[in-house]
Amino acid sequence: MKKFEVDQNGYYGRFGGAYVPEMLFANVEELRIRYLDILNDSSFQNEFHALLKHYVGRPTPLYFAGRISDKYNTRIYLKREDLNHTGAHKINNTIGQILLAGRLGKNKIVAETGAGQHGVATATVCALTGLECTVYMGKLDMERQKPNVERMKMLGARVVPALSGNQTLKDATNEAMRHWINNPEDTHYIIGSVVGPHPYPDMVARFQSVISEEIKTQLFEQENRENPDYVIACVGGGSNAAGAFFHYLECEEVMLIAVEAAGKGITTGQSAATIALGAEGVLHGSKSIIMQTDDGQIVEPYSISAGLDYPGIGPLLAHLSEKERVKFTHVTDKEALRAALELAQLEGIIPALESAHALAILSELNLKKSDVVVINLSGRGDKDMETYIRFINNEK
Amino acid sequence: MQITYNANKCPKCNILQIKGTMNQIEVIANKIEDLFYRRKKRILSVYFTAGYPKIDATATIITNLEQSGVDLIEIGIPFSDPVADGDTIQHSNHVALKNGMTIRMLFEQLRDIRNRVEIPLIMMSYLNPVYQYGIEKFCKKCQEIGIDGLIIPDLPLYEYETKYKDVFDCFNLKFIMLVTPQTAIERIRKIDFLTGGFIYLVSSASTTGSKGKMSSEQMQYFKRIHDLGLNNPLLVGFGISNRESFVNACRYAAGAIIGSAFIRAISQSDDLKASISSFVQSIKAE
Repeated sequence: MKKFEVDQNGYYGRFGGAYVPEMLFANVEELRIRYLDILNDSSFQNEFHALLKHYVGRPTPLYFAGRISDKYNTRIYLKREDLNHTGAHKINNTIGQILLAGRLGKNKIVAETGAGQHGVATATVCALTGLECTVYMGKLDMERQKPNVERMKMLGARVVPALSGNQTLKDATNEAMRHWINNPEDTHYIIGSVVGPHPYPDMVARFQSVISEEIKTQLFEQENRENPDYVIACVGGGSNAAGAFFHYLECEEVMLIAVEAAGKGITTGQSAATIALGAEGVLHGSKSIIMQTDDGQIVEPYSISAGLDYPGIGPLLAHLSEKERVKFTHVTDKEALRAALELAQLEGIIPALESAHALAILSELNLKKSDVVVINLSGRGDKDMETYIRFINNEK
Repeated sequence: MQITYNANKCPKCNILQIKGTMNQIEVIANKIEDLFYRRKKRILSVYFTAGYPKIDATATIITNLEQSGVDLIEIGIPFSDPVADGDTIQHSNHVALKNGMTIRMLFEQLRDIRNRVEIPLIMMSYLNPVYQYGIEKFCKKCQEIGIDGLIIPDLPLYEYETKYKDVFDCFNLKFIMLVTPQTAIERIRKIDFLTGGFIYLVSSASTTGSKGKMSSEQMQYFKRIHDLGLNNPLLVGFGISNRESFVNACRYAAGAIIGSAFIRAISQSDDLKASISSFVQSIKAE
């Protein structure tokens, strides 16, 4: 991935950088100087891949979804990130970062979480390594993703409600950054997405790139070709999309599609479709596209899916959008809910609400019978059962 | 006597600027520089959030701070996501935005402020609102009004040096950077070399509004920075809330900055003039 690689100043084209207050400079700088050496070290790689295999359960299957393929008259594969330990792709990154934290000599971890998947994945690796874990979560998200709050607590994490703003992912991120400012010496901040100051976007993308690396091998085994016609992923901050696209960025013949959460519709003022609605700005340590007012105040986003309910997007994805390497689109809450129900009933798989956004655009694509489509099923839907039950009851 | 200066032709306005270390040659007057030239000790700087507690309080707060004997004022532009701030200033930002404060409105409120006060004025903002307004347009407006310096906590040294230094210099705005207990010595020297006005010495690893007494570690840290003999004077900020912490902070620095404690003092005020005067008295009284 040369063409879209981060430059030495932490930029992807005009996006990226490390816009942190001086209080965080030393920490971010230490990471910047050391992350590549640590990641490229063979002992790190061995430990990382051993844990991914024996603890997380990788490689995750690339499953040919026959019945849904029939319905859309094409060849659809699901990359089963939902079958990872803890139920989503998020753990690929937390395994990597916890090993890194150990090598940096940090003994405490702080993280933010939206849907709770990253929080659970962080709490899990902290339990695994015996590090102290604090997770900030918007109060609203704590209510709508209760099972994950209980899971984090059972894993020994301290879950702290973020009470500012809309009490969702953006606010949890603010609180996690404040926590890091107040505890710079002993704490590592495990950011859950490809956002934040350089080197986080690049580091998280590298940890998640195991997804597209596996897709290449697995697709070759099943279709005798490494490259599908389409790779589709949902996008909030963009970590599962970055992982699913990573090894295909240079393969121009593969169409990459990122699906944002339109919420109640992009013209309703209740949406989280950043690329559709945002403008260039600086939030949470990087220059990217963010949803904001004319005065530069960050807009409170909305999506039924807590994991996509974020007013920004990683700088790599903003760059890929600008360079038209990735096609961005968006679907509403309702469309995502219907897609989730469809997958459950056609394939016996209940997807996370986030991942359901990726499924929901199948009907909009002009797919040929011979097309090979890979959808990154980033997580499972256990955490969303309350929302699904409410939807099913209302539809009746 | 050795005279060191460097002359640059400004790319924005094409004026030859001379930046010297000699106070005798005051090529371009700046009120912050004047202040530190006249006074070396016990300088009190106060931060407030524009639009708080009431939308139209800006001019009243500024004039009363000056009359009460404050030396320097930081005017905070409210932001939706102030990550370097603790609860008190987060709250004042939130209220100010709810009251309808914007950069445009603030500039309107400050239009004639130089007819009313002489005190050095600094604009403090997170980067995004200024970025959205347009950096150059913002600086131009600041100069027209008579603003003397800028604090933008999430504009890092690298971006400042490579993209914005020339613009700030052009409009005679001193860019003031924070230094924390985690900032390495070489970096402090670089900040000292590249910025002006003063260095904002963050008292501990924290967000704004932390409380408690100054520890001996903190005092040693202030002394360590003091002993570096930097070009810029030092003002200590974060966690300065009363006379005692002010006096301690001033021991190895030219003065100190108070934010959260001042915000709290005016939060419930029916009479801003009286509240401001008694707050400043409580800090400065001998």
